[in-house]
Amino acid sequence: MRKHLLATYSALALLFLHAPLLILIVFSFNAGRFTRWEGLSLHWYRAAMADPQLADGLLNSVIVALIAATVSTLIGTAAAYGMWRHRAPWLSGSLYLSLVTPEIVTGVSLLALFQWTFRFLHLHLGLATVIIAHIAFSIAYVTIVISARLRNCDRSLEEAAMDLGATEWAAFRRVTLPLIAPAVAAAGLLALVVSFDDYVITSLVAGVDSETLPMVIYAMARRGVSPVVNAVSALIVVAFGIIILISQHLQAEDESPT
Amino acid sequence: MDTVLELRALVKNFPGHRAVDNVSLSLSRGGFYSLLGPSGCGKTTTLRMIGGFETPDSGQVLLAGNVVNNLKPWQRNVSTVFQNYALFPHLTALANVEFGLRERGDADRREQALRALDLVELSAKRDRLPAQLSGGEKQRVALARSLVLAPQLLLLDEPLAALDPKLRKQMRAELKAVQRRTGITFLFVTHDQEEALSLSDKLAVMNAGRIEQFDTPETVYLRPATAFVAGFLGAINWFGSTGVRPESTRITRQKPSDVPCRRGAIESALFMGNCVHVNTALDTGGRAVAEVPRDQHDFKEGEPVWISWAPSDELNFEVAS
Amino acid sequence: MRRALLLPARLWIALFFAAPLAIICAYSLLTRGDYGGVETPWTLESFARLADPLYLAILWRSLWISTLATALCALLGFPLALFIARAGRHKNLYLQLVLLPFWTSFLVRTYAWIFILRDTGLINTVLSSLGLIAKPLPLLYNDGAVLIGLVYNFLPFFVLPMFATLERLDPSLMEAAADLGARPLSTLRRVILPLSAPGFVAGAVLVFIPCLGAYLTPDLLGGGKSVMVGNLIQNQFTTARDWPFGSAASLILMLASAVLLAAVMRSRTARELI
Repeated sequence: MRKHLLATYSALALLFLHAPLLILIVFSFNAGRFTRWEGLSLHWYRAAMADPQLADGLLNSVIVALIAATVSTLIGTAAAYGMWRHRAPWLSGSLYLSLVTPEIVTGVSLLALFQWTFRFLHLHLGLATVIIAHIAFSIAYVTIVISARLRNCDRSLEEAAMDLGATEWAAFRRVTLPLIAPAVAAAGLLALVVSFDDYVITSLVAGVDSETLPMVIYAMARRGVSPVVNAVSALIVVAFGIIILISQHLQAEDESPT
Repeated sequence: MDTVLELRALVKNFPGHRAVDNVSLSLSRGGFYSLLGPSGCGKTTTLRMIGGFETPDSGQVLLAGNVVNNLKPWQRNVSTVFQNYALFPHLTALANVEFGLRERGDADRREQALRALDLVELSAKRDRLPAQLSGGEKQRVALARSLVLAPQLLLLDEPLAALDPKLRKQMRAELKAVQRRTGITFLFVTHDQEEALSLSDKLAVMNAGRIEQFDTPETVYLRPATAFVAGFLGAINWFGSTGVRPESTRITRQKPSDVPCRRGAIESALFMGNCVHVNTALDTGGRAVAEVPRDQHDFKEGEPVWISWAPSDELNFEVAS
Repeated sequence: MRRALLLPARLWIALFFAAPLAIICAYSLLTRGDYGGVETPWTLESFARLADPLYLAILWRSLWISTLATALCALLGFPLALFIARAGRHKNLYLQLVLLPFWTSFLVRTYAWIFILRDTGLINTVLSSLGLIAKPLPLLYNDGAVLIGLVYNFLPFFVLPMFATLERLDPSLMEAAADLGARPLSTLRRVILPLSAPGFVAGAVLVFIPCLGAYLTPDLLGGGKSVMVGNLIQNQFTTARDWPFGSAASLILMLASAVLLAAVMRSRTARELI
């Protein structure tokens, strides 16, 4: 009997975890404005796609995410590989610290940095500062994913390659890189999602005309419940879900350690 | 006669194979019994069904005459000593031994536990944590923990398997002594035939989910019921479907008369300490091992010899399918 | 060559993580400028101001909401982790299910609760259409809503390390307990719970620290009535334009998080789980 009790509770707990999102998605198809069901409709989706602010926000988010994810994946992979070979306690410590630091603190500290340097450089907050910030907090995520994969790699493989005449770079390129390629892709997708979703840090370091999608959504959510937000949320949930599933799939397939 | 355990036609299936195939057994109070067999023969599964950790697909388990199939482990008056001892890592040796008594609510549990630790000669280490104990010591704590509850039946699942050989021999003697002293019925599962033979009042040999023979050690060894039992209980030379133990196998240079014999050539000799195991390659193909007393071994490699045995030492079986 | 690979990361982290934090440290000791920004003299005034009852109340609220959220996550998460650890073949499936909401947008997840809790939200609509209430219940814009949001978002953070601990428990220990007469509840209390202590510690830390520094959840679900440290900091750097004070608050927050983490890392078993 107790086993059934536990199973029932767990089902309820899982329902609790998923219900809010399912509710959002269901009501994004509601013809009515609020929570009275008034029939199925794609009205809000159409409204979402026609909204110019959302479109601008989406464009900015995509640009930022693509650039930040690419750069942070490169930097993070290099760092993970370097730390696999050499101890770097300060770097790994600060990366770890960057994960644990509350987002609000990371955000205001970057804001402080930018405001201080902009006194000398005559620049201002904009997409560039957002990208810089995103790269800064994404590196840690990438490094963790790649490091986890490298931990299952046999160091002696590269040594064997060098013994057979390959240079350090060739050994990496021809032996290790193919092995970690799925993890790199997975990390890149992770960085993409993390960047795309960020609100706190972005809102502090973005300029007036460099609003990202989360910032637009936030403003809409703050003003009240706009059903358009439901539709956008549903789309984001599905998009993120797909990306993450691909990322997990890449990492899972890559299960065999060498 | 007081029957403490009866198994009636027990069957247990796992996906893909039948682990326990129609097993029936009857154990009398106060005896030291063994379940002997190779790994995968179903002995541990049988033990777990007695302990209540597996449910039989059909058949019955009776403890002191009562059917216990539907009773949970904590409801049965049976205790198990697990192969990996399963000592609670967060409790001291004494607290481990007290565990079952605390569940029962015994007021004098500390005294009982101390006495049990005394019985296994581990009083000095009663405040140690399992991580601080050696393998043999952990085993004794596990034993004390189960014995202190005075169960009707004690189940031991290959308890000596993880110990080194010298310690095993020592622990065997201690186990036997404890059993005699407490009078609790022991059911001991092992794959080591030496253990089963030396400890048991009666032993059951299992193979592929079935009990092939259940009898005293001498009977099982000298009059094995099946070829499998014969082969499992000790080394055996096969001549067709006739088996002869190495200690009954003779090597002579002259062809003996009046006894069955075969021709062959000496292959090698292994010095075993008190005797020599001499391998002979038979002319008809195959090999025979003879146990030769140390002072009688002067055979050379390649020497042609005759293998023979007394007909009374033969173990004959139906040709197995 | 390999050491050079570490250079980009080192540079980026130094410039855009370490340096900013250093600036914050410096700012916390300076004075507020007339038009925002900072200026000398150096002073400890910002830290002293944190002792003001108004701000202490905020710090206190952050502490007790985080504690409560952690306790709720432990209470709700432990049985779930136990269930998954015993789920045999389906373990990974259930883990994925627990993690799935986490991989959607944090903003969306928090917004969902606005949709559910507000006056014209789902709960109030359902209750009033069933005739159970006359006026909408004030479910949003209070500490309770923030608590729900935090628990909802960080529950997986507790379930995962707890699952890892429970999975590693030797199953024969549970069998031994049952063999010695313990019914399932007793086994849970005397064997499973004590041995899952590392999981509790790791899970609690992984929930408590983000809760302490939460900003978005109290912002959206608290609506200004449930101000936590994160909101205070954000406010100082935007509307209030008191950077030294905001920096001081940031440092206190970081210090609290770092101290907690360090305390936990001393326990080796908990460390492995984080």
